[in-house]
This record gives sequence, structure tokens and C-alpha cells, in this order.
Amino acid sequence: MTVVTSRDAETIIIGGGLVGTAIAYGLARQGCKPLVLDGGDRDIRAARANFGIIWVQGKGPGMPAYQRLTRRSSDLWPDFARDLREFTGIGLDYRCTGGLSFCLGADEFSARSAVVQRMSEEFGEATYDTEMIERSVVERLLPDLRLGQDVVGAVHCGRDGEVNPLRLLHALQTAITTLGGSVLGDENVTSIVPRTGSFIVTTATCTYHTPKLILAAGNGTRELAQQVGLDIPIRPQRGQLLVTERMAPIFPLPTVPLRQTAEGSILIGSTQEEVGFDTGTNTAGAGRMAERACRILPALENVNIVRHWAGLRVMTPDGHPIYAQSPTFPGAFCTICHSGVTLAAAHALEIAAALMGDVLPDHLKPFHPDRFHVSAAN
Amino acid sequence: MFRLLTDPTDEFVRITIDGVDVSARKGEPVAAVLLRTAPFTARTTTVTGAPRAPYCLMGACFDCMAIVDGVASQRTCMIAVCEGMRVVRQQGKRTQTP
Repeated sequence: MTVVTSRDAETIIIGGGLVGTAIAYGLARQGCKPLVLDGGDRDIRAARANFGIIWVQGKGPGMPAYQRLTRRSSDLWPDFARDLREFTGIGLDYRCTGGLSFCLGADEFSARSAVVQRMSEEFGEATYDTEMIERSVVERLLPDLRLGQDVVGAVHCGRDGEVNPLRLLHALQTAITTLGGSVLGDENVTSIVPRTGSFIVTTATCTYHTPKLILAAGNGTRELAQQVGLDIPIRPQRGQLLVTERMAPIFPLPTVPLRQTAEGSILIGSTQEEVGFDTGTNTAGAGRMAERACRILPALENVNIVRHWAGLRVMTPDGHPIYAQSPTFPGAFCTICHSGVTLAAAHALEIAAALMGDVLPDHLKPFHPDRFHVSAAN
Repeated sequence: MFRLLTDPTDEFVRITIDGVDVSARKGEPVAAVLLRTAPFTARTTTVTGAPRAPYCLMGACFDCMAIVDGVASQRTCMIAVCEGMRVVRQQGKRTQTP
């Protein structure tokens, strides 16, 4: 017979992925003792499809607030990474070098130009950090790369960078516990019952009482949010990835769809598939990724693939994050995004502090899920 | 260390290892040739540069990888010797060439 215990917590974060741990780390830095309830090792985790890029370009078409949030996070990243490294001793392989997305053929180049132009206008400031660059500029940025002939140019953003996402997660978990918080694995939440001014959170082994609850459970958030009166219309989106054997360093900066890790492996991303909760892989997806990778870098043709896997991203209807407090049960918040790496610095250093308060600050208001309601379109 | 056991019906060919001419039995695994050719190694590792020699001889351990006819990271235990084959011991991480 399982003994069910009862425990009080200052703040509970449901979800121990990059979003939940970044927020918990931020809370712990403020002197709070957060309790992170994480799922099991075999649960679906968005972090498994993670490419490890801090990516600003292309984020936020149609929502300038998201463009600003992403840039803010990128600007916070150097301090965030340095603090974590100094505090935990765990290096993150972080670097902010700028990044680029390859354009193959003139049609891709003009289509991407139009998007950058539109986003620049929506951003509405005199200078914009994302630009189209010609092949000759790409060659200067990647002097050791023998580019394929189809590469005509790229989208470039100086705020883009990269990090080892596994080390990031390890460092965040370490920092939380060192600061007096807790991260509990295999602690799947089965129900949330709101009471006046508090919440009862139940798992298989324990009943927790907390006045503040933050839902950061990725693709598992939808069902939990319903129990605190929030409608969070998210869906999983599958991303398959390939990774090669280790190669001598040839990429001084991250690109889409190729990134070389600090160890030398080259990550090849990534499919975007609407297949529900299926985490399988297929040769068709691998073939499309490999074909594009070889058009960019023909030398990859003979390089060995050592692993092929898939993960599920957390997607909202417009692709932008959701930050919201329950209108019916204040004290319950929801944080959803598909950019747990990029936004980690903002989550830890600014949004966690905002969640300590009773109302979300104005700059997060555009991220409320009310924007998905039919009436919002009128 | 190792020596070749021959049979009267064996057919011999010439291959090169790091540019040096070597005699090998047609059809034997390239890894077997590396095991009897000084310094008896196939490659150095991608992390520390330590030397590695053919080990499992069944395609599982990847310690016998070398550059065969211009293609890097080939498991030499899985490749049969043929006339004129060029084998180069692989040093550390592979590069864009070959």
C-alpha cells in the first residue's frame, strides 16, 4: 500500500523541462524555495527535440511583443550563462556569434526577404538586427565551409547564438537545489483542486498545498490548465533530428538547419510534422533533412549519421508563447512556449520575478490566450 | 604480433597503408591487414587523440575506422581487400576531405 503524505510548498512549478527549471531558478534567486514537480524519464519532453540554439531571427511575425521578448532574452543570455557557470561550475558551451538560415535558390531568398522586411516594419524601429546576406558574405562568415552551389544567401541575425541544452538543464536543476529549492522526478501530477487562496496538487505519493502554482508542463499543460480555469489551446509538433559523427570544427556559428556542437557532431534539423503524440522517426523525414544538408554542405554525403530521433515541440495556434494567470483562480499561472532555450534567460531573470507579483506586467499582456478567442479577431 | 596463415589457393594483391605498399590477401578484411602492419593501429580518437586498433572485428566497436579509397570513418573490419586499395589511418576528427 502506498503511503500518501501531505506537504506545504511556497510555490509549485509543474514541469521540470527548460521552461519550468528556468522559472524555478529565477524564483530561487529571489529567495523563494520553489518545488518543481517533474515527470518520469519516459514522458514526452520537448527538450528531446532541442537543437540548442538561441534564435531571434524569424521569431514573432505578427506579434512585435514577441520580437521584443526574444531580443530581450538574447541580450540577457551572456549574464545568465555566466551566472549559472560561476554558481554551478557547469559550462554551457554558450556563445553568441550571430547565426544564419541558409537560402537555397532565388525563390527561397526572395520569400525570406519578404518575411524579414515585414517583420522589420512590424518591429517599427529605425534599426533592425536581422538582414539578408548574399552568398559572398556567407562565405566570409563560414570561411572553412565548402558551400554547395545552391546556396544563394542567408538570413543573418547578430543576436543568434547557441548552447548545449543538456548542460543548460543540468545547470538549472543544480542551481535550484543549491539555492534551497527542490526538483522531484517521477512526480506526475494527477489532479489540481483549487481552493480559496490555495491549490491542492496531487501525485501518486503526495498531496501538496501551495498558494502559487506555475504550469510549465509543455504538451501536458492543456489538461492541467483546464483544472484551474485556463483554456490553453496547444498541440504537439514533431521534429525529427539527425546527428553525425564528430568532425573537425568547421562551423564558427550556428545555422539552420546545421549546427556543430562543441564536441564536433553536426546536428541536422528538423522536420515540422503534425502527427499528434507520435514520437517515431521515418526514413522519409531523414531523407529530406539529409538531402537539404548535402545541398548546403556536399561533404556531408559521406559522413556517418550516428543517431536519428524525434521529439515533440509545444505549439500554440500562432506559434507565440502564452503567459497567463487564471482569471477564476488567481495564483495559478501558465507558461508555454516552443523556445525554452532562447527564452530561458528572460524566464529566469525577469519573468520569474514578474510571477512573484499578483498581476503580470503590461509587456506580457499580449501573450494572454484570450487572443485565440473568436471575439479577439473582431 | 599477428601473422597471416596462408593457403595455396590464396590470391594476393597490393594495397597501400598511409602510402606504403603492402601485400594482402584478396578478400580479407582490411582490419586484418592493419593488425599485422606496424604500428598496428587504425586511427586516433576524436576526443583525446589516443591510438586505437581493430578490436571487435564484427562491426560493433568502431575502433578500426580508417579512410578507405578516400572515404573517411570506414569500419575496416567490414571491408574486403581488393587490388590497389588505398588505406589511410584516420587522425582524430574527420574533415570535409575526404
